[in-house]
Amino acid sequence: MSTVFKKTGGLTDTPFSYCPGCTHGIIHRLVAEVLEELGILDRSITIASVGCSVFAYDYFNTDALQSPHGRAPAVATGVKRMHPDKIVFTYQGDGDLASIGAAEIIHAANRNENITVIFVNNAIYGMTGGQMAPTTLYNQVTTTTPLGREAISGAPLKMSEMIATMEHIAYVERCMAADGPSIMKTKRAIRKAFECQMNNEGFSMIEVLSSCNIGWKLSPVESLNYIKNTMTQTFPLGVFRERKNETNH
Amino acid sequence: MSKVEFLKGNEAIAKAALNYGLEAFFGYPITPQNELIETMSNIMPANGRVFVQAESEIAAINMVYGAAGAGARVMTSSSSVGIALKQEGISFCAGSELPCVIVSVSRSGPGLGGILPAQSDYHQSVYGGGNGDYRVIVLAPASVQEAVDDVGKAFVLAEKYRNPTMVLLDGAIAQMMASVKLPTEPLPYPDNTSWAASGAAKERGSRNVINSLYLDPTKLYAHNQKLHAKYREIAKNEAWLIDHQPESHDGAIIAYGTSAKIALGAVQRLKDEHGLNVKCIQLRTLWPFPKQALKEAIKGMKFALVAEMSMGQLFQDVLAFTRTDTVIGYVGKAGGEIITSDDIVLGYLAQMGGEQIEHSV
Amino acid sequence: MPKGKVTFEEALCKGCELCVHACPKKILKLDGQRVNANGYKVAIIFDPEECIACGLCAMFCPDTVITVERLAQ
Repeated sequence: MSTVFKKTGGLTDTPFSYCPGCTHGIIHRLVAEVLEELGILDRSITIASVGCSVFAYDYFNTDALQSPHGRAPAVATGVKRMHPDKIVFTYQGDGDLASIGAAEIIHAANRNENITVIFVNNAIYGMTGGQMAPTTLYNQVTTTTPLGREAISGAPLKMSEMIATMEHIAYVERCMAADGPSIMKTKRAIRKAFECQMNNEGFSMIEVLSSCNIGWKLSPVESLNYIKNTMTQTFPLGVFRERKNETNH
Repeated sequence: MSKVEFLKGNEAIAKAALNYGLEAFFGYPITPQNELIETMSNIMPANGRVFVQAESEIAAINMVYGAAGAGARVMTSSSSVGIALKQEGISFCAGSELPCVIVSVSRSGPGLGGILPAQSDYHQSVYGGGNGDYRVIVLAPASVQEAVDDVGKAFVLAEKYRNPTMVLLDGAIAQMMASVKLPTEPLPYPDNTSWAASGAAKERGSRNVINSLYLDPTKLYAHNQKLHAKYREIAKNEAWLIDHQPESHDGAIIAYGTSAKIALGAVQRLKDEHGLNVKCIQLRTLWPFPKQALKEAIKGMKFALVAEMSMGQLFQDVLAFTRTDTVIGYVGKAGGEIITSDDIVLGYLAQMGGEQIEHSV
Repeated sequence: MPKGKVTFEEALCKGCELCVHACPKKILKLDGQRVNANGYKVAIIFDPEECIACGLCAMFCPDTVITVERLAQ
């Protein structure tokens, strides 16, 4: 008898606080599996943010710091500059990274901090009850866009595309956790991002389109279809930056 | 061993911090502390230490939070408006019990205010603007040399109590040049940083988490009680003032920082020109406030005058904390002008023998 | 002969049905008879003979409830 699938040692035994069907749990597991498989669990430092994933410090089986809202890339900068040999990653949602923390993520990327950012984009503020996020889609109904998002409250912010313009960074990819192949692809992307950091190539960010079935008022299964069929129209998947393939200047 | 150099206050603080064994500095430009970050940008990398010019004061204090949480000796500096932006991060450092040093070079306010010296950030420093029941140790130097010495003391206190510690000076001290003795040896590093999230879970055998989130109210209350017990300990051990003329006197000037330096001249003039026997009491820590020592120092006096470059912030606290028969007077100005010995002498003469006023305004 | 064995750590299950949706053999369902300590209906395998040990149910499970083993043939 051989094991096909069992829980990774990269996660602690603390049960996730996420709502039933929330794909945060899948993304957590992928990150933890990658840390374990790369053999870097013991020298990794998790930087948790504020939002649904605020308890990430309880879930990843690593040293961890919990950051003020939006400041995870600055906290990660402080940690990584002191410990360049350790693996430092932030785990941030769209409100944390793309709204209140927009300055910190842009400047951490622009300094090409040798950190990895796991950016979970579910186009809504889940923790606070489903308000509009900077990544909320046009016409998407939230508790603060009751008639659907219109241009007057901004366009869905495309962070991967924006971050990819930074001069020196190593890797940016947008994935989704919506079906078997996309989950496996997300894991490969996360692995690549951590490998960039291990090779001292610099800043890497993986954006993962994720579900918020409660906030979206859909079933967990319908939410996966919403990611695949609707979110990807606004947020196309793909590699936006891979410095390895570029000519050196 | 120490060596003497002729330096601007900001430069002296930077060089002293390096020599005390600073491992990382994160800052952002703001007048009047610019020479501090400029000096750091030079001497930190040259000595193999970490320097980052952050994108904002908010980012800088969060880099401090990260580096301190990872076990480093770390510092940031800023001024009034910038310190306002750092308050969230300072609250996080206090809540997570992280040692760090914040140098606050205050200018005048409110709002953008002006760039000339003031002491209007007394409340900001002592009472903070961050959320929650937390305390920051605040040292108040009155000269460049005291600023240099206080930076060392700040590292010691921050690491001893695992608490953010502030050195509060005004722009006058930061911008003036003086001959100062700089430290030449690093301070001993703390024996125990086993709490730090340094990515060494394997060596340690367990993982470390730096966190200030406690959703369970009983746990948060216990955490607050633990912090409070520490603050009581700090208040007991570290409250500090200098009674410049400890022998008995008829009256006193109570001041800190630049105002205390001016007050030293004013008490001499009160003696020489008016035959009044008045002492200068210089507050060296603003939190913990040296309540007991101040009460002792003004015991039996009919009158003591608070001199400050703010609009009664210190006066109000002195009044609240002393509660004696001594009438407490107030003289202050805030806006960038430095208080003069004339202000203090005239204020003393006008108010001595008067009734207790309750408010400065 | 089943090819695989699926085990559920029921206490962690939140009854989201993503495993039910993911299973290519459609042999998982929520147990209609009982709930766990958190009040969630729990996922069960109702036709274990059909399991092919593909692991998709575990890959979709957001709460690491599921362990999948391949049985020796």
